[in-house]
Amino acid sequence: MAKKPTRLRLCAAFAVLIAIATTTEAKTFRWANDGDPTTMDPHARSDGFVSSFDGNMYEPLLRRDRQMNLEPALASEWSNVDPLTWRVKLRQGVTFHDGTPLTVDDVIFSFKRAVTPGTDVASQLAMVKEIKKVDDSTIDFITDVPTPILPNYLAAVAIMSKAWCEAHNSVFPTNIATNEETYATRNENGTGPFMLKDRQPGVRTVLIKNPNWWGLKEQPIDLEEVVFTRIENAATRVAALLSGELDMLYNVPPQDIERIQKTSGTKIWETPELRTIFLGMDQSRDELLESNVKGKNPFKDKRVRQAFYQAIDEEAIKTKVMRGFARPTALMVGPGVNGYDSTLDKRYPYDPAAAKKLLAEAGYPAGFEVGFDCPNDRYFNDEAICQSVVAMLARIGVKANLLAQTKAKYFVKINAPRFATSFYLLGWTPGPLDALHVLVNLVETRSEDLREGTWNEGGYSNAEIDQMIKKIGVELDNEKRNEFISKALSIVKDDFVYLPLHQQIVVWASRDNVDLAQLGTNDFQLRYVKLK
Amino acid sequence: MLAFVLQRLYQAVLVMLAVGFIAFALFNFIGDPINGMVGVDTSLADREKLRQELGLNDSFVVQFARFIGHALRGDFGLSYQEARPVGQIILEKLPATLELSTVAAGLALLLGVPMGVFTALYRRSWLSQTLLAVSLIGVSLPTFLIGILLILVFAVVLGWLPSFGRGSVAHFGWWSSGLVTLEGWRAIILPAVTLALFQTTLITRLVRAEMIEVLRTDYIKFARARGLTNRTVNFGHALKNTLIPVITIAGLQLGSIIAFAIITETVFQWPGMGLMFIQAVGFVDIPVMAAYLVLVGFFFVVINFVVDLLYFVLDPRLRVDRERVGIG
Repeated sequence: MAKKPTRLRLCAAFAVLIAIATTTEAKTFRWANDGDPTTMDPHARSDGFVSSFDGNMYEPLLRRDRQMNLEPALASEWSNVDPLTWRVKLRQGVTFHDGTPLTVDDVIFSFKRAVTPGTDVASQLAMVKEIKKVDDSTIDFITDVPTPILPNYLAAVAIMSKAWCEAHNSVFPTNIATNEETYATRNENGTGPFMLKDRQPGVRTVLIKNPNWWGLKEQPIDLEEVVFTRIENAATRVAALLSGELDMLYNVPPQDIERIQKTSGTKIWETPELRTIFLGMDQSRDELLESNVKGKNPFKDKRVRQAFYQAIDEEAIKTKVMRGFARPTALMVGPGVNGYDSTLDKRYPYDPAAAKKLLAEAGYPAGFEVGFDCPNDRYFNDEAICQSVVAMLARIGVKANLLAQTKAKYFVKINAPRFATSFYLLGWTPGPLDALHVLVNLVETRSEDLREGTWNEGGYSNAEIDQMIKKIGVELDNEKRNEFISKALSIVKDDFVYLPLHQQIVVWASRDNVDLAQLGTNDFQLRYVKLK
Repeated sequence: MLAFVLQRLYQAVLVMLAVGFIAFALFNFIGDPINGMVGVDTSLADREKLRQELGLNDSFVVQFARFIGHALRGDFGLSYQEARPVGQIILEKLPATLELSTVAAGLALLLGVPMGVFTALYRRSWLSQTLLAVSLIGVSLPTFLIGILLILVFAVVLGWLPSFGRGSVAHFGWWSSGLVTLEGWRAIILPAVTLALFQTTLITRLVRAEMIEVLRTDYIKFARARGLTNRTVNFGHALKNTLIPVITIAGLQLGSIIAFAIITETVFQWPGMGLMFIQAVGFVDIPVMAAYLVLVGFFFVVINFVVDLLYFVLDPRLRVDRERVGIG
């Protein structure tokens, strides 16, 4: 039989409880988003928010610093030993959350796991022929062709523990088709600054500080505990921040930005995002799918593309539609992406009269009619941007018939294999933060298997630029490579391959006492958060 | 009686099959889940392979037949979004929805019936007039607006109650309850009031109309003539006879409370099945949507069945009729 607790003992227990309660309360950080980190498995899904969230628990070999430059994480150094080999040195003394040490075998295992067929990483690392263990702290990545941006991709692969995955039946990420959930979906064992304490999918996820994190000496972690809640409804999310129930909001509803700014106690964080919003045109079909022009495709005429460009008043879109939360751009990449060239980043002027003249020269003095596809739940104010484009084009006599629909339907229509669009709005973030990603996916001629030109919905094709893209892909001399990129980007600009509009601005909101680092990748790293 | 039950069961199965069938026919129009499941760099061939593996290329009849086949074995598949078994997700969400619905329904009955009786008995009193006028607002304002207003007043301005979530919950086996902690009760007040408002109004007006009708009937006059007290007449005779239509409607409304908790749950981020459904629609999470719709169909069928059984208890004539039919 248990002894009855004495009053003294009860008091002591109570005191301990209160002490725990007050210390954790002081450094508990509560934040919310409209989406949930649907899985704790860092290899299971290629979703920006999920990767960002799981990145607090799992770490890659290389990571991004505040300026988005690559810096060492689980690798201590990396270099090109010959054109086809990238050599990585593993950081020593790192342990997983279960206390086991990180080894070269874990890294090799993780890369094998991440390239499970069907994942993004499998496509990204397709050029890696072999991952070789050189010694207990050195790994070689051997590629088919010289691959200057391999380090960028190394920053995207989280490292898991081989032994842990094997012990918990999680050697592969969950495959939905096989109907079996893996242990790693709701549990974690990473090396990162935070550890998973409690997970209620879709409701609440609680993380706690990892007291044994390797980086603690250089970067002390301020937060003891982090509570994440999913709050779908925009008004409720904002109300919870204003009432002090939350410390930070990740996705902020555009209509509430002003209110949050004006309310004392809360503030708005903003920084240009790497995503470029642009318009694309079908330039491959001999007759547009959705147009009253029969027998020819007006978009094959550069003058028509330029007319569209000059008819669009991006400044007005920025101030009226985006409420200032946009950075007008002339290029398909923004600052922060390798290859961005500020000397090229000057927009052609907004000039409806000139646009009208160009249209007349091209043989459409009265304009024409064209279908216009737009998502309505994908990008910041996407539908509103499209509506204003419709109004601006009407001024030069072009009637754009807007079809704005949910992303689940929109992408089926415009993407491979149908490419069933004549004119559309799309946004693009170059995942590896290099212009090559934009050029290969959006500009290069569509190849048979669509490894190239996957998202080239308009079917633009230019042999000169294709050649240049191939060179950019394998050029290891960074200076030379960036020259090629500038050349390619200027052709894209002057040939009006796309009509770039702006880079979005990332908007977060928080209470006044929160300090954090906001990255253009929309990556939210809890290790930077400080509570005052 | 047994024949009646069997007949009802047979109808129930038909209803649920029909719900599932219509749902699957509609799924073809809400878009493609694949794009949400993979990233931008996933190759076309890999996308196609995934689509093939999930059986999304099959006709909806085939998909439906497969769903029924698996469902009969209690297997609803894995959620596309969370990669977890759908049955498990629903079991996690079910208690939240049932607790919210029960509290809301209880609130509606506890407020609605007395208010209905009062407004019927004292038709001309100013309080009755006020109650009816206010209840008009309850019917005409949309739920999400009421929810947002309540949040604004009680969470943001006054800071008395939480604006979202369920507070802390205690687990009893697979059931999780928020009704055992103070925090949980604080969290349930706003959503329950929001959800109950329309029902309260409905019940008030229904009870009032029925009660006025019944008070006019001859046997009430006889009862009064016999010199029975007002209390006995009003509650023993009049109210009892108004309850049959009220039970029908209240019963059916319980079904709609569960089904339409969707909006309230979304506004208050209440982690129940309605919220789960909305999240699934946004992601085109077909396994979750299918299971939810069939489950809600099942609730309606069960509730209807229970209501029918209650008739037997309340209305002796039905029992007699049925028996006579049975014999004849």
